[in-house]
Amino acid sequence: MTEKVGVYICHCGSNIAGVVDVEEVAKWAGESLEGVTVSREYKFMCSSLGQELIEDDIKNEGLTRVVVAACSPHLHEKTFRRACANAGLNPYLCQMASIREQVSWVVEDKELATEKAKAMIAGAVNRVQLHEELEPSLVPVNPNTLVVGGGIAGIQASLELADAGYPVYLVEREPSIGGHMAQFDKTFPTLDCAACILTPKMSDVGAHPNINLLSYSEVEEVSGYVGNFSVRIKKKAKYVDEEKCTGCGICIEKCPKKVIDDVFEAGMGYRKSIYRPFPQAVPNIPVIDTESCTYFERGKCKACQIFCPTEAIDFEQQDSYLDVDVGNIILATGYDLFDCKAMPQYGYGRLANVFTSLEFERMCNASGPTEGKIVLRDGVTEPESVLIVHCVGSRDENHNRYCSAICCMSALKFGHLVVEKTNAEVTSCYIDMRTNQKGYEEFYERLLEEGMNFIRGKVAEVTDAARFPGEEDKLIVQVEDTLLGIQRRIPVDMVVLMAALEPRADAREVGLQFGIACSMEGWFTERHPKLDPVATMTDGIFIAGVAQGPKDIPAVVAQGAAAAARVQGMITKGTVEIEPVVATINEEMCSGCRICNTLCPFNAIEYLEDKEVSYINSVLCKGCGTCVAACPAQAISGAHFSNEQIFAEIEGLLYDVISGNGAKAPQVEREPIPA
Amino acid sequence: MMKEYAYFPGCSLEQIGLSYHQSSIETTKKLGVELKELEDWNCCGATTYFHVDELLAYALCARNLAMAEKDGLDLVAPCSACYKNSYFTNKYLKEDPDLAEHINYALEEDNLSFSGQIEVKHLIEVFVHDVGFDEIRNNVSKPLEGLRVAPYYGCQILRPKKDDEDVEQAEYFEELLSAIGAEPIPYPLKLKCCGGSLLISNRIAALSMVRNLLQNAEENGAAVIATACPMCQVNLECYQQQVNQEFGTRFSVPVVYFTQLMGLALGIPGKKLGIGKEIVAATPLAPYAT
Repeated sequence: MTEKVGVYICHCGSNIAGVVDVEEVAKWAGESLEGVTVSREYKFMCSSLGQELIEDDIKNEGLTRVVVAACSPHLHEKTFRRACANAGLNPYLCQMASIREQVSWVVEDKELATEKAKAMIAGAVNRVQLHEELEPSLVPVNPNTLVVGGGIAGIQASLELADAGYPVYLVEREPSIGGHMAQFDKTFPTLDCAACILTPKMSDVGAHPNINLLSYSEVEEVSGYVGNFSVRIKKKAKYVDEEKCTGCGICIEKCPKKVIDDVFEAGMGYRKSIYRPFPQAVPNIPVIDTESCTYFERGKCKACQIFCPTEAIDFEQQDSYLDVDVGNIILATGYDLFDCKAMPQYGYGRLANVFTSLEFERMCNASGPTEGKIVLRDGVTEPESVLIVHCVGSRDENHNRYCSAICCMSALKFGHLVVEKTNAEVTSCYIDMRTNQKGYEEFYERLLEEGMNFIRGKVAEVTDAARFPGEEDKLIVQVEDTLLGIQRRIPVDMVVLMAALEPRADAREVGLQFGIACSMEGWFTERHPKLDPVATMTDGIFIAGVAQGPKDIPAVVAQGAAAAARVQGMITKGTVEIEPVVATINEEMCSGCRICNTLCPFNAIEYLEDKEVSYINSVLCKGCGTCVAACPAQAISGAHFSNEQIFAEIEGLLYDVISGNGAKAPQVEREPIPA
Repeated sequence: MMKEYAYFPGCSLEQIGLSYHQSSIETTKKLGVELKELEDWNCCGATTYFHVDELLAYALCARNLAMAEKDGLDLVAPCSACYKNSYFTNKYLKEDPDLAEHINYALEEDNLSFSGQIEVKHLIEVFVHDVGFDEIRNNVSKPLEGLRVAPYYGCQILRPKKDDEDVEQAEYFEELLSAIGAEPIPYPLKLKCCGGSLLISNRIAALSMVRNLLQNAEENGAAVIATACPMCQVNLECYQQQVNQEFGTRFSVPVVYFTQLMGLALGIPGKKLGIGKEIVAATPLAPYAT
């Protein structure tokens, strides 16, 4: 081998140097590894001085390959590739050895850590000498954007992009945009009415010339890659001609069929079979629910059609499909509410006056089923006492370990509404009170002054089994007051369960459809939890809102805007670089067996009928290597991951156990395996 | 056709729960079910042994299972604790080949082995699932009309949870009582623990648990409480006097086994069912026990 390799070992402050003997490793690499002409260690390789070190050596020492032993390539591979490029070296001739994440952070023994770092570096040095120069390709970015989900996150993202002059397709599953926020009454901590701040934005979306609002629609298929996605959208039949409908609402008025509204009214109220979820719906066009519609059930009725003044009702309408091309996609698909019946000890569904937070929210809403009156399930009796149970399905090993983030503040808001609207005594049973955003702690203070009671303790049970005088016909809440160290039985008229926020039931399928990952719980995974919260590991796919994790409205809006800003950046730049680390098929060796075609997770491989061989679209290919491993004829090679490169790396990693190298692997003391 | 089961009465049914034993045998016989007592059964480990030495406790339960398997019969236990211990031992042995290997090594000493071929059932499940409500209804000759019964499940027969079972709101006990013509009363505490062996370690706390159950059943109009477990029966009946002394209450609720009620409805003489041996006299049953 004739390559001149430079090895750079980063201290990362004490992150690496505190465990790995960096001086020793640098000295060893310079002396023992074939091809290494320069070997240095430095406090922070990622600093500009560290980068200059590499650049100078390339220029002055004539380095042809670079190995940086530092953190994970996820973090700084780009930095060091850029440094190489600055000095005129092809950036793909640089390799990183992750001696922080894979060594110093996980190996406690200093001697073993030092040995492991050496092995990692030996692997990288062996491999880098076989690297080839690669050139990224440039593709244009389509200025259209797809936003999935019309809650406040999707609305914000759409408006930001549309106001900046870029076309947006906003897809919403329900008949109207607005999401959960449209169901709420007040918003904490300022208590401004949710509808008052949301509906102007909704009508902006409806009227915006740059927004193509596709309500009652779902994304059916996604293909393509960053800058150039093709999306097929299914527009579910509304049975109402959108062109003709004026939104007058006569059809709704005349429809004789009433059903319980499980979605918008959370089961608390009714809607007709032809309906829009709420009066300020955007778009204002009703849809027919075929499952309950008398005409679809029995073939008779047609009241809506008879009375419609513009002949907009069309019972023959079919689902239709719309194909659009977009450059970027923002997923803002929101959340589902925890099913409180999964905690039967709280009696929801069995004890009438146990309510979920969303039911209570609808009840407080002036346009809700009780016109804003807080009443028991009978619809008339005002409660004399209300108890709010926190953390129902959150912070609970049996359900969700995470904190749902918004419930403490919602509970305080509910407390305020009870104080404002009724004479009832209101009590909160909390585990910890979490009020850590702007104005939140002050709101908590306010509720303390307004007379809301607070008991620290997770509620054990809500029961109707009266035991003592005063408990008859009440709900009895059994809770350990952990501040006083006593058990309490609190008889109340109404219990409100602060249900956890959960990922959408179909979040994993949606993630798969768009090629992004979900966390263990099912929240969409961001590229970096702190520094890249709205991007994903798939270029061109962004996430915003609660779909990424529980958060309150200000944070959701910020994420919606942030995702839009990221997309705008892509559009303004106009082109995007495509990684050259892709697989290619040697046509002469390909037998046309097509095994690889179905295996490719990115649909990047097609079969060329005329040539009878498979072909990999390099823009779609992510370089995962699945096809490379699967090809029975070994006709596929993965750039940057060729067999030779990988074997060389393995040989390097095992340098100290390969006989004849003179070195011996460190002996790890193991506990004897029990017989 | 006669349904056959390996019958594991457990220690309680030999003495304090004798009437449960007698009524179990009588009612099953009447309904075409044969309970074949395991010849050399041993203790299930009760509530304590699993906390002392888990592996040995599994071995104890597995011995009964292995003997039943040898006879090719599913194991039936009338006692909830015997049932629960045998049930989950059976389940774990089936799911954990490592544990099964350990246990079978121990069983070898007794020339036994267990390969997970049988099921474990509580006696009440035999009536509910295997015999069926229709069959029971067809055999009832003296329906217990007008008898208000509190079905007391206790905490053990519903755990561990089986597929599709609503462990918090079970209804099958009620349906069984309806099938024999009695009137099951709804009361919220039907699944709450009776205190188990807590009476030994914390008498007041345990008596308070018993008090809650008695109060809840009585306030909801129960004439008798029906149990499916000798432990529950003892706690609810034998300690009623102590509850009354401790809390100044005046409970006098008879606590009988569900099999005794079934037996009466099937026309079996009360004496054969062990009726008449109660501490709290079962007077509400008098009209039916002729």
